[in-house]
Amino acid sequence: MESLFYIAAVTALASTVSVVTAKNASHALIYLIVSLLSVAVIFFLLGAPFAAALEVVVYAGAIVVLFLFVVMMLNLGKGSVARESAWLRPNMWILPCLLTVPLFLGLVYVLSGQPVQTAAAMVGPKAVGTQLFGPYLLAVELAGILLLAALVGAYHLGRRYLSERREEV
Amino acid sequence: MNFALSIPLEHVFVLAAALFCIGLTGVLVRRNVMFVLMSLEVMMNACGLAFVAAGARWAQADGQIMFMFILALAAAEVAVALGIVLQLSRRFDSLDVDAANEMHS
Repeated sequence: MESLFYIAAVTALASTVSVVTAKNASHALIYLIVSLLSVAVIFFLLGAPFAAALEVVVYAGAIVVLFLFVVMMLNLGKGSVARESAWLRPNMWILPCLLTVPLFLGLVYVLSGQPVQTAAAMVGPKAVGTQLFGPYLLAVELAGILLLAALVGAYHLGRRYLSERREEV
Repeated sequence: MNFALSIPLEHVFVLAAALFCIGLTGVLVRRNVMFVLMSLEVMMNACGLAFVAAGARWAQADGQIMFMFILALAAAEVAVALGIVLQLSRRFDSLDVDAANEMHS
């Protein structure tokens, strides 16, 4: 059964690398969905079924679809792939990889301590809900205010001709 | 039926660190705004994975609650960022982040 975790982990890593290296935005989004679904499988195996459901519904369902809407609105045609190839020369990968690989190795070094196993216990939606609307109630309100601010900001930014209207005023 | 497994916590954390570093590389390398935003999503997802794993270590709900807040943050960020992407493509007719490097009004 533990092999399920490693299969999902390898899938997540491979699809995430494909997201970062893809040339076509829609293909990258499909890879992102695969990555998110495999992370959802890992959540389920860790005993967090509610987090797994939220990962599928909110991340893969809502956020990626929002991306997809924008990709459709921008109408990225065949020229976009060629432009991406021009922007993404192979030697551009060298310096960022030199920066992030030591970071990753440092994280692995920090994390490699006493081996600890996760508790093989399910934490269901009921436990999450009682915690969420008990001690974390204030944080829920703050998240609501954050989402309202994002709604207003997205409405303002999504208007058609922002600059022309400002000039009229 | 209980599907929860006992997995070494280090392996989950190393996976989260690897996903985070891949996303960070994407943010540093890509010039297209859409791919930068996707890489940011990958990074936030990796943070959520670390939180859920830490919550599963002690079989507490707090990790999942932090994951839900990260989810709300990601949704808010994406909504505003995609609005900015639309404005960028309208004003500069390009998705290059370097197109918007001048601070004129």
